[in-house]
Amino acid sequence: MTEDLVLPAPRDAVTDAPGEPLLEVEKLVKHFPVKGGFPIRRTVGQVQAVDGIDLTVHVGESFGLVGESGCGKSTTGRLITKLLEPTRGRISYRGKDITRATRRELAPIRSEIQMIFQDPYASLNPRQTVGKIISGPMEINGLQPDGGREKRVRELLEIVGLNPEHYNRFPHEFSGGQRQRIGVARALALEPKLIVADEPVSALDVSIQAQVVNLLQKVQQELGIAFLFIAHDLAVVRHFSQRVAVMYLGKVIEVGDRDSIYTRPRHPYTHALLSAVPEVNITGEEAAQRERIRLAGDVPSPISPPSGCRFRTRCWKAQDKCASEEPPLVQLSGNHTGHLTACHFPEDPTIEARDEDIVLDPALAALEEGAEDD
Amino acid sequence: MTTLTKEAGAPVPAGEGAFLSVRDLHVSFRTEDGVVRAVDGLSFDLERGSTLGIVGESGSGKSVTNLTILGLHNPMFTTVEGEILLDGKELTTARESELEKLRGNKVAMIFQDPLTALSPYYTVGRQIAEPYMKHMRASKKAAWERAVEMLGKVGIPNPRQRAKDYPHQFSGGMRQRAMIAMALVCDPDLLIADEPTTALDVTVQAQILDLLKDLQQEFGSAIIFITHDLGVIADMADDIMVMYAGRAAERGSVAEVLRAPQHPYTWGLLNSMPRLDSDPHAPLAPIPGTPPSLLRPPSGCRFHPRCTFQDRVGGNRCVNEVPLLGPDRSSACHLTAEQKRTIFIEEIKPRLG
Repeated sequence: MTEDLVLPAPRDAVTDAPGEPLLEVEKLVKHFPVKGGFPIRRTVGQVQAVDGIDLTVHVGESFGLVGESGCGKSTTGRLITKLLEPTRGRISYRGKDITRATRRELAPIRSEIQMIFQDPYASLNPRQTVGKIISGPMEINGLQPDGGREKRVRELLEIVGLNPEHYNRFPHEFSGGQRQRIGVARALALEPKLIVADEPVSALDVSIQAQVVNLLQKVQQELGIAFLFIAHDLAVVRHFSQRVAVMYLGKVIEVGDRDSIYTRPRHPYTHALLSAVPEVNITGEEAAQRERIRLAGDVPSPISPPSGCRFRTRCWKAQDKCASEEPPLVQLSGNHTGHLTACHFPEDPTIEARDEDIVLDPALAALEEGAEDD
Repeated sequence: MTTLTKEAGAPVPAGEGAFLSVRDLHVSFRTEDGVVRAVDGLSFDLERGSTLGIVGESGSGKSVTNLTILGLHNPMFTTVEGEILLDGKELTTARESELEKLRGNKVAMIFQDPLTALSPYYTVGRQIAEPYMKHMRASKKAAWERAVEMLGKVGIPNPRQRAKDYPHQFSGGMRQRAMIAMALVCDPDLLIADEPTTALDVTVQAQILDLLKDLQQEFGSAIIFITHDLGVIADMADDIMVMYAGRAAERGSVAEVLRAPQHPYTWGLLNSMPRLDSDPHAPLAPIPGTPPSLLRPPSGCRFHPRCTFQDRVGGNRCVNEVPLLGPDRSSACHLTAEQKRTIFIEEIKPRLG
């Protein structure tokens, strides 16, 4: 990797002050139709992938989106990059509404919002050389950097820690981690303001993951690019993001600063998620015991999500109110500014062990009861 | 306790009372590009009722080792040398019919992806009942009852009804539960779990791991638990073997390996992994480079091209000489025991935060 990154001059006169909202998402909804029936296929249901979420990503900030599979985090990323059309809601970029923008209107904005995909094997065209892959976006946007595109590509390869001599190689000649670096170089080619990274490291080996996380962090900090970092690994999200939103079944259930979410969570689901992460105790000292919560079953289907609070079917605190009334995403008393939680009966802001473990899984509870009796 | 040994030349006799004993195992595949030496001189012992965690990256030979134990490799392209003794019985030279009697009976396996490991053509109940019918000579009805009982035990609600379902009607977590039920139906002495929770969500993973631990208490099986996740290993295993490029790099009890690791590769793994309690502002310390191709593995210590402590060994020992893994707690590295201790305490541990 190079020692210092070259920060290119902004293309337009707009200078962004850090802390200004860059991307704002309001009440964003994406439903996918479920077709069925014969001989005429009708829409028989809706997969409510994303169902009314609000997010704000500020200039130069790295914002983490975490949740389990099927919670709508990837769909959110694709909606923001306009790879999918939202069903309802509003996406605005630097105050400009881009929800229904035409192709022509979007063109200048598209170059500022780039994406890094999960699978470095599927996201690079195997028939193009690395040079072609990285210069492609510049060609499409008619960008002619000083010294030519090839020079810029070589610079980008160096920024992401690849050998510039590999300009003419094909993707299959690289390992998974190196391919992901090519993906990063391609995203950087247009000097974006926002990068949506959808599970950028989860397909990589542990020792390679750290290399790519460090590269992304370096890019984020030194080039001041805002990141929407989508991942299911809570420790990686914590390491990378200044602010974190937790999603469950198409809703944001809790959002706040990193420390606030990871040490003072209020939503029962956030508690359950954090307690489920297997941890290595390397110090050997008896660190403060973490709480133990074992939920029952899997996430319900997003085709017919539970009424009211969507987590209520797996929640140990659920009451009648949870089924009838959807909890709003608000700042609870005692929470830091910007820490919003959507829960009627929030938990205490701590992750330390409680008097009694919460074990909702019936098989687990039965086995553990049996073991205690012996 | 499991004990592991890597011999220098003369074969070490199998450990007394070891239920499974792997001695100087070499597995290589013939491919179009050449011979892949997937496992190169691996030895370990496993005792009844204990759990051995094997941790390593893709291509480290951890899955191949365990497929070889069950004889699930393709004999057309595979060369297996060394010994695998299960309860004193040699498996590498065993006939297919003998292995068939073991599989699903004495030794069972849980695979990573339950959707590809379950047949879409048969009901879940029938797939669980089948090994029971075959190995226990049970009637169809008795086997079905056993399948229902097992499904209930692994926490499938309404098991009598759900046994009639097909795998696609189950969710991911439930499929993995069904796989566990299938593996445990004949009360195996050895259970091999190959990344059983990698495809699952974190809350479901926590349920499945706890379930496996509790069931082990009840069934008393020995478990070989293969994973790339050190957190999962810390949670599950009694002993750990760290594998790199077809060889064991380090082994010992969980507390020894995770709290006082000795091998530079283990240091690298711990340093490159963010934790929920690590300092988010400190950059991760990744292992440089990429895992080697096993078509042409590096000479000497296989980790030497990526190792940052090579110069402290002196000479060209890392390049020329294969480091040996001693008996019990040890690591295959040329650094002296004193060096390993001081480097870990002074240079590695502070970075772990």
